[in-house]
Amino acid sequence: MRVTVHLPGLLRADAGGAAHIPVEVSDGTGLGGVLDELTTRHPGLDRRIRDEQGRLRRYVNVFVNGDECRAIGGLAATVPEGADVRLLPSVAGG
Amino acid sequence: MTYLLVIGTRKGLFTARSEDRRTWRVEGPHRLDAADYASMSSVYAVGINPHSGRVLAGAESSHFGPSVWYSDDQGATWHEPDTAPIAFPEDTDASFTRAWQFAFGDDADTVYAGVEPHALFRSSDGGRSFDLVRALWDHPHHDDWFPGAGGGAIHTILPGLLAAGQRAPDAMTVAMSTGGVYQTRDDGRSWNPANRGISAGFLPDEEPEYGQCVHKVAAAPDGVMFAQNHHGVYRSADPAGQGWTAVEKGLPTDFGFAMVAHPGRSTSVLNFPVVSQEVHLPPDNRLAVYRTDDAGDSWRPYVDGLPQDAYFGIVLRDGACTDGADVPGFYFGTRTGDVFAATDDEGTWHQVAAHLPDVLCVRATEV
Repeated sequence: MRVTVHLPGLLRADAGGAAHIPVEVSDGTGLGGVLDELTTRHPGLDRRIRDEQGRLRRYVNVFVNGDECRAIGGLAATVPEGADVRLLPSVAGG
Repeated sequence: MTYLLVIGTRKGLFTARSEDRRTWRVEGPHRLDAADYASMSSVYAVGINPHSGRVLAGAESSHFGPSVWYSDDQGATWHEPDTAPIAFPEDTDASFTRAWQFAFGDDADTVYAGVEPHALFRSSDGGRSFDLVRALWDHPHHDDWFPGAGGGAIHTILPGLLAAGQRAPDAMTVAMSTGGVYQTRDDGRSWNPANRGISAGFLPDEEPEYGQCVHKVAAAPDGVMFAQNHHGVYRSADPAGQGWTAVEKGLPTDFGFAMVAHPGRSTSVLNFPVVSQEVHLPPDNRLAVYRTDDAGDSWRPYVDGLPQDAYFGIVLRDGACTDGADVPGFYFGTRTGDVFAATDDEGTWHQVAAHLPDVLCVRATEV
């Protein structure tokens, strides 16, 4: 199946400047698998999104078709065919 | 001669340059990355390699995590390794939070990083990649080390040092909050606590073998060590043997974070008092440095040139340093964004910068 990952401006330099990245994964792949495929193609992105143990960074939000992933299973969240996966830095800081 | 001062703040990295150490040209925040999220990161650790001149900066983006950047042109341009320079092995289940300290070995390639959570990493390529010093991570005491208010980290690394007159390439002294002082004599393969005499008023046993919240250890040229503890200021010529002796008499308080040893005179040390563990403010709401010239037997205010009005910014544990010059310069920055410099021959503080973000760390050198 094919999904589209949308990157915030802050992370595009780690993906060759791309804002929207189509990702091909096998049917049934969860969000973690989508991120695995994304970061295999763009390794510099991985450490921005996840720590070295594979845990999503606290202030990185990932929305799957508009649902923040932590509310739908985290990295195990189901990702439907054609989904929009949107990475956004959370509202934080000062 | 030009002097370079590198200033890590809560929001970015600054540098200052001076020929006379009285007037300074301040630049920053420097661009660490093209997108600028790292440029606004908190810079908790900076280090200047004495062999190569490479400047290391350990910065933590609250959104996108920590990393280490390096500059080979005195801070003009910065580079981040393609792969994470510091990362915990998978089996530790630990995640690198931030670098707290860089220290340098006997050659340009050997660099140490003290990090949060409590761990020591070692680089053999000048700081582009680091490996966990496994024996300290696996130490049987590790489960008992816990974070202080600032986090749990190794914040002091003294390569080659065991005691006064005892320097060896395979030796090292480290300190951590909490946990205390540990030493190795075999290149990091085994570690032993060296805290006898240091108090831990927050534990049921007030003088435990380990577990103290040592805030910083500074080493004099002769190897005598001076420790600012979580209440208590100490001196030791042999931490693993005779232990530590209290030397806070003459200071306005026994609490604080930073200690700086004179690079050429073994009896001179600077201290930066803070009211108490409950009140993180300067005593009497006045910015003051204290200095001993008799190895802690007595202390005097070292304040000429500092603001005389009410002041509320303290100096954090790596917010003070020396440039190590023959006529040394001393430097410190405060949590209210002021940075000051004084040379040992003049003894008067001059303002380097004002109104910066909270100063977390400073390092200086002749260039």
